[in-house]
Amino acid sequence: MLAAVENKPASVEAKPVLRVEGLKAYYQMNYFGVRREVRAVDDVSLTIKRNEIYGIAGESSSGKSSLIKTIAGAITPPLRVVEGSVKFDFGGKELDVYAQRPAMKAARWKHLSYVMQGSMNVLNPVRKVKHAFHDFAFKHMGLSEGEFRARVESHLQRIGLDPRVLESYPHQLSGGMRQRLTIGLATVCEPEFIIADEPTTALDVLVQQDVLALIKGVQQRMGSSIIFVTHDMTVHAAIADRIGIVYAGRLVEEGPTLDVFQRPQHPYTAHLIASLPRIGDTRKRVALGGKPPNLADPPSGCRFHPRCPLAVDKCKSENPPLLARNTGRVACWRAGEVEAA
Amino acid sequence: MSALLELEDVNKDYRVGGFLDRSTLHAVKHVSFTLDAEKPEIFTVVGESGSGKTTTARMILGNETPTSGTLRFMGKGIAQVRTRKERLDFMSRVQPIFQNPFEAFNPLTTLDYYLFSTARRFLGLKDKAAVDAATDKALQHVGLSLAEVRGRYSHELSGGQLQRIAVARALIPGPKLIVADEPVSMVDASLRMSIVNLFRELRDTLGVSIIYITHDLSTAYYISDRVIIMHKGDVVEAGRAEEVLGNPTHEYSRALRSAVLPPDPVVASAIIREKLRAI
Repeated sequence: MLAAVENKPASVEAKPVLRVEGLKAYYQMNYFGVRREVRAVDDVSLTIKRNEIYGIAGESSSGKSSLIKTIAGAITPPLRVVEGSVKFDFGGKELDVYAQRPAMKAARWKHLSYVMQGSMNVLNPVRKVKHAFHDFAFKHMGLSEGEFRARVESHLQRIGLDPRVLESYPHQLSGGMRQRLTIGLATVCEPEFIIADEPTTALDVLVQQDVLALIKGVQQRMGSSIIFVTHDMTVHAAIADRIGIVYAGRLVEEGPTLDVFQRPQHPYTAHLIASLPRIGDTRKRVALGGKPPNLADPPSGCRFHPRCPLAVDKCKSENPPLLARNTGRVACWRAGEVEAA
Repeated sequence: MSALLELEDVNKDYRVGGFLDRSTLHAVKHVSFTLDAEKPEIFTVVGESGSGKTTTARMILGNETPTSGTLRFMGKGIAQVRTRKERLDFMSRVQPIFQNPFEAFNPLTTLDYYLFSTARRFLGLKDKAAVDAATDKALQHVGLSLAEVRGRYSHELSGGQLQRIAVARALIPGPKLIVADEPVSMVDASLRMSIVNLFRELRDTLGVSIIYITHDLSTAYYISDRVIIMHKGDVVEAGRAEEVLGNPTHEYSRALRSAVLPPDPVVASAIIREKLRAI
């Protein structure tokens, strides 16, 4: 059954489930008359198709977490949406995250769920796991208590957990089990769209592959879409269908995973991929010089230009637009001139 | 050959549990290895959480005493370091680098304070100009300068830069050995290589030996000369990096090796598909 959905037909992909258009979300602070604005998400447009896993990569403080928080509609001041829109399409019904608040609230967890970072801190330590399921999912499913319990148990069994974990406290479970539980929690309502923030970062290496396989398996079975964020490029390589690279709040490159890894168009992407260490290869890797940009005072023009080996004068003054190129999109005046390492 | 650091059948047990269900946890079991003083090297300890790698590091730093066995640094037992002078002398030759640079530095203290006080304490410098010069020299080794760091707080710098400053601080006393406990696990993948390359450089230019503790096999392969793999307190495999990580023989090290995903979409996605089929 899994093999059938693995090579999905093009017609299924046609209608995007998420459309982000010209999204700008800034941290706006005003302390004692001193205004400060941090442009964490700056003019990002992207679409995510049905049945697709989309990975967002970027260094810390590049704004990648702010981006998915904004997409989830889970932002609190000082982070505010300044411009643009986030629209979901759930079963033909359009849902604008920032214009239709009540509808958004009803859709949450049923159509759109969230796998949080750091499974250790998500579950309440003084309540049994079953209460977490009840709190999150019960009211969205419209089932009686007994049916709900049966549904949760069969769902847990499918993701490889003994239903007895429902009667335990979080500290009695291992890190891998807790991460499975948070994934189970996010998928029990079979949502169309799942947002995951660093789903494997806090895990021991030995369980990482199992958790990734679990995410991929759940996604394939339900045919849902996933957008996830991590700075670990090997995770992108393992499960993402497409990757978006974020640098200093902007999407600088996007494309199918294989193409991004094999033929990166943007110098930052090329560098990111060339610097990955591999077992069996001790050739010296060159680390990127310079420091990550300050988003409160970003460089002019292309934000990567102070660290870019290919920068020319134009890069310092003009911001390159994100344009279609080959199989993806790239924002660089010298796109494609980098040689894949 | 004279030994820089010798560990001989080192064990560490912890008592765990309360009054009724007391038991003993063997955190480190029969660990022995020797670092050569003439040949500086990067010696890597690989293991998961709970494997005893951090306990081993703490014993080498003298923060923890072994239950049995001996640790000797330059021929002298680490447990025999008693007086203040001996302790200072030992600390100036063995320096630590910690996992999380954001926790290692107090956010309310300027970073140069750590550098200046290290220079005053271990080099016995009194004169302001001499302290500045010593600090600047150490910062130059990590690709920074005092002008960039003076008066800055930890929140003003990135994780990679902070970790460089932590390395610079460790270099000020002119150590022979640096014990780095998970130095890159809190640093971004893109900046990770700059720290790891720095270790290589320190070994080659300053002749500093480094004990690199990590769970990340790919950087371990990239920089190590020798590797030991620890599992539940035991050393399950030891030897040259290419052999141990390239071609592991012990069951646990093989499992660890195959848990590493390569940064290659074709191979990595095939591994995940294989796992999926198995479920």
